[in-house]
Formats: sequence, C-alpha cells, structure tokens
Amino acid sequence: MALLQSAQESALGIGSAQRSGPFAQWVSRNAAILLLGLFMILFPAIANDFFLRQIAGWTMILGMIALSLTFLAGYGGMVSLAQMTVAGLAGYMIAVLGVSSLPKVSLFWPWWAAVPLAIVIATAFGTLAGALSARTEGIYTIMITLALATSFFYLTLQNWPIFNGFSGFTTIPAPHFLGVDWGKAVPLYYLILFFAALSYAVVLYVSRAPFGLALQGVRDNPRRMEAIGYNVTAHRIAAYAFAAVIAAIGGILLVWQNNQISPFSVGVDVVINLLIIAVVGGLGHPIGPFIGALIYVMLRTFALDALVAVGLDGRRFQTLIGLGFLVIVLFSPDGVVGIWRRLRERARSSQRTSRR
Amino acid sequence: MSSIAERMAAAGTGNAIELRGVSRRFGALAALSDVTLSVRPGERRAVLGSNGAGKTTLLNCVTGDFPPTSGTVRFFGEDVTILPPHERIRRGLRRTYQISLLFSRLSVRDNVYLACRGVSRGRFSFIRTRASDGLMQSVADLISLVHLENVAERPVGELAHGQQRQLEIALALAGAPRFILFDEPAAGLSPTERSDLVAILTALPAHIGYIIIEHDMAVALRVVESVTMMHNGRIFKEGTPSEIEADPEVQELYLGSSGHA
Repeated sequence: MALLQSAQESALGIGSAQRSGPFAQWVSRNAAILLLGLFMILFPAIANDFFLRQIAGWTMILGMIALSLTFLAGYGGMVSLAQMTVAGLAGYMIAVLGVSSLPKVSLFWPWWAAVPLAIVIATAFGTLAGALSARTEGIYTIMITLALATSFFYLTLQNWPIFNGFSGFTTIPAPHFLGVDWGKAVPLYYLILFFAALSYAVVLYVSRAPFGLALQGVRDNPRRMEAIGYNVTAHRIAAYAFAAVIAAIGGILLVWQNNQISPFSVGVDVVINLLIIAVVGGLGHPIGPFIGALIYVMLRTFALDALVAVGLDGRRFQTLIGLGFLVIVLFSPDGVVGIWRRLRERARSSQRTSRR
Repeated sequence: MSSIAERMAAAGTGNAIELRGVSRRFGALAALSDVTLSVRPGERRAVLGSNGAGKTTLLNCVTGDFPPTSGTVRFFGEDVTILPPHERIRRGLRRTYQISLLFSRLSVRDNVYLACRGVSRGRFSFIRTRASDGLMQSVADLISLVHLENVAERPVGELAHGQQRQLEIALALAGAPRFILFDEPAAGLSPTERSDLVAILTALPAHIGYIIIEHDMAVALRVVESVTMMHNGRIFKEGTPSEIEADPEVQELYLGSSGHA
C-alpha cells in the first residue's frame, strides 16, 4: 500500500517532490521500483541457496526471456514464439563452444570467447526469425515462429554431432573471473540480478526513445507508419534483433544456473509457458514478464506440496497453473500490470474527489 | 545506372506530380484507367468526382499505398513508380487519409513526434529526444497550428472525431513537405473547423503544392487554382474552378447530382 501511495502522490504532482530538485522528483516517481531494487540487493542476507537459485534466479531468468517476448508483443504487436528458441540456441552454443562433459563435441573455449559468439549466433537466428515473420501479422506471425520453435526442438532431439540428441549437455560450469566463482549461489544471484535489472531498464528507456516509439507506431498502424517515412519491415526486424540479445543473455544465464541443457529446455511446452508468463504478467510494461515469471515459479515450486497438503493429487499442479492463468486473463486481459494500473487509477480518482 | 543526360531529361519535366498512363485494377474492376496527369510545383489542384470515380485510388498510386498495375509515376522528375511509400515520403511527399489512420494508443504529441521523426534522421535511435531538441519545437508548433494543445498528452483514441481529423492534417505537414495529398480533409469537421482548415491551406508557403479531394465545394473551390474531374476511373475534364463550375457537362454529371453532399 505504501508503494501505491508514493506512486500516486508523484503522479498528481503533490507532496514534497514538488518543492525539491529533479533528483528527488525522480526518486519519488520511481519509488516502487527503487524499493524493489533495494529489496533484491539485500535479498541474499535473508534467503538460503534454494530461494536464491530456484525462486529468485529462475524467476529473473525466465523474466528476461519473457521480456524479449513482451517487448515484441507489447510494443511491436508481434507475438513471437521463437524467443525461447533464441535463448536455447545461446545456451546450446555455450555448451558447444565452451566446457561440458562431452569432449567430443565441446570446443572448451574460455567463457570470454564463447559468450560473445553465442550471443552473436543467437541474435542472428532471432533476426532471421524476424525477417521471416516481419511481413506477416497476428496469427501468421505466431504460426511461423511456432514452426521455428518446433523445428529447433526436433533438430536438437535428432541431431547428435552438434546438439547431442535427447541427452543434451551436462556439467556446464559457470565461469570463474575477477577471482569469483560465478557458479556459487550468491555471485550467480547478483550476476542474474544485474542483467535482469539492466534489460528491464534498457527496455523501459528505449520504449520512449525514437526506436521504441516508432515500434509502438508500427503496432498501432503500420500503413500510416509507411506514410510518414518509416520502413516498417526494417523496424520490425530491428526489434527482433534487439529482443534476441535479451533472450540470448537469458539463455546463457539459464545454462550457468542449471549447468545443463537438453531439447526439453526448448520444447513446445516451455515455449507456451513463456507466452503464459508474458501474458499473465502483462504486456503493457517491462515489469510484467518478471511478475508473470514469479507467479509461474511459485506455482511450479509450491503447488504440488500445497495440493498434497489439502489432500489432493500433487500431480494436478499443472491444472492449478492453468486455472491461475485462466482467472487472471479472464479478470484482466492486460495481466497483473493491468490490475495494478486500474487500482492506481481508482485510488487516484478517489483521492482527487476527496480533495475537492 | 541511368546516364546524367537521362536524369537531367527526367528532372527537366519540371512537374511535381506526373502520371503517365496509370491504371489500377482490383481483380476485374478497373479503379483507374489510363490516367495521365501533371501538377506543377506549388500548384493547388482539386480532384472531384462521384463516389467510385477513382479519386482515392489515384492518391494511393501516387503515394505507393497500392502501386499502379501499369503506367509510371514521377515525383519532381524522379520515377517513383516502384518505390515503397516511406521512400516517397522522405522525398517530400505527404498525405492525409479519408478515414483517420492514427496511432490510437499514443498521445497526440507522440503522434506528431513520430511524423516529424519519420522525415528526419535518427528513426532507429536508442537515445531519447531531449525536450530542448529543435524537433520538439516543431512538434509543439504543429500541435498549436491545429489547435490541439489542450489534448496534447491524451491518447489519440480518446479524441473527438473532429480533433482526429485535425491531427491527420498535422501529421501531413511534418518536416519540409514539397507536395501534399489531402483526401477529404473536411469530412466530419464542424463549420469552425472547416474555416480553420481553409485558413491552414491558404497559409501554406507558396512552394508547397497539393491535390485535394473534397466533396464540400465551398472548401474545395476556395483553396485551389485548378480542378480535375474524374468519372469511372478516368479524367474527363480539367480547368480552372470557374470553368468547371460553368461547364454544363460537369453540372449534369457531378455538381447537379451531389450538390446536396
């Protein structure tokens, strides 16, 4: 409630912020996210390894990969189901170019050579996916990107020379550098937090920069965008490239966290889960995918025990996730972010009337 | 690669818009048949005709929204027949749409900003435009030109119909236009907004020519120096506003039947 209060005051231009400098105003306007950031920085002090890895780490990684989908779908109106595939390809490249338990496939390059090339390859793939689907709209974009995701899943399943078939790669270590073992729970948590926060901030910033605004123009009216001087196809492809970089970094963090990757990391069920995360969280704001990922991870982790505790079959946890998805989307088509927005507007208008 | 002589010959035609034998078919329907039309730089021309005469299709062929099935389109001497719309816009062509085509979830300011950015550099920039940037001043000027200051921060989807029409016009005036195509700009405007529109059109710098499609004769004939009459996808008469008004054939075909519109 405190978060809600501060957001309101700043939006109304009342409170102390009005009289103080631009920095204080900025702090007041972003109080909610700054408090969240502070909490995330202090989180390792109160959380054990399980919470750092299986809850926070997993949430932020899934959030990043879903963010790349949110960027395309929310700002660009392009629902791409190939973003998990971009992340998976980056993860696979880390295993192939770097270190794994498979010396006959892995090249054992150092991390600083493997990481940039993995990002480049995954981004090239994401851009190609964009080039293939940029001239399509709506359901056709979904079909093309779903086809790409499905083909990649079967490729990894059936290809042994590069992807090692259904067993994939194991014992992929996180790197050591600056004297830190980034595979340990706390350093890895901070590494993931850094990139999650960075990708969130960059998306938020770019959404009001020419590139992001033009993308929203393309979403609202591609024909008019052409008629005011924009190359709509080029803009769409560039958006896919940008989103692919975020997904690729997420994919690399995913293999560093899990130390393994297999076709089941990029299966169609995972692709659909990512879409659910993005939609449940809300496509209207870059915080949405992280909220969606948190709900998903919590349900995934605790639903089974909760069901058993109330005397139901624990294997029904997927049903519970599905029901949760249904309820949120039914009541708020723009996800949790939409619920938050409506609550804030209601609070704001009631405050305005009480002020009169 | 065309030779310098060829390019000079092309530029030497001296017309802002030059259509030669332009046809456009939609399946069996010939929306435009063999249209040849020249408009000089700075010339202001009305295109009149009943519904289905091919007026909007003509504009679509000039902007490239739909390319012509046959014929050539030149813009200030350059053959733009196969150029995509955004390339023509960057060369100084502008247009408005009969049914407003706007960015409904963005604010009025963002709509005008996109139009100004679209004909300048930095369309792909990842850096936000500062409030002190010269582009932002042009945005503010265009918004006040069409009297939308009070709703500048509102999402366009919430605007009244007349305000959306005003915004249509602002988008077409962004940057440094050389030639503008207005597709029924007065449709749905109140009498006050209509006189504002006439004022904006007559106040345009003399070097900016335009083609205007308009059913309201009071607007159309006050803001142009020449008129092209279309019927069934063909041009059947060209002249000054007074010649056209006096022409018995025109009166029978068009002015008589749709004088009430």
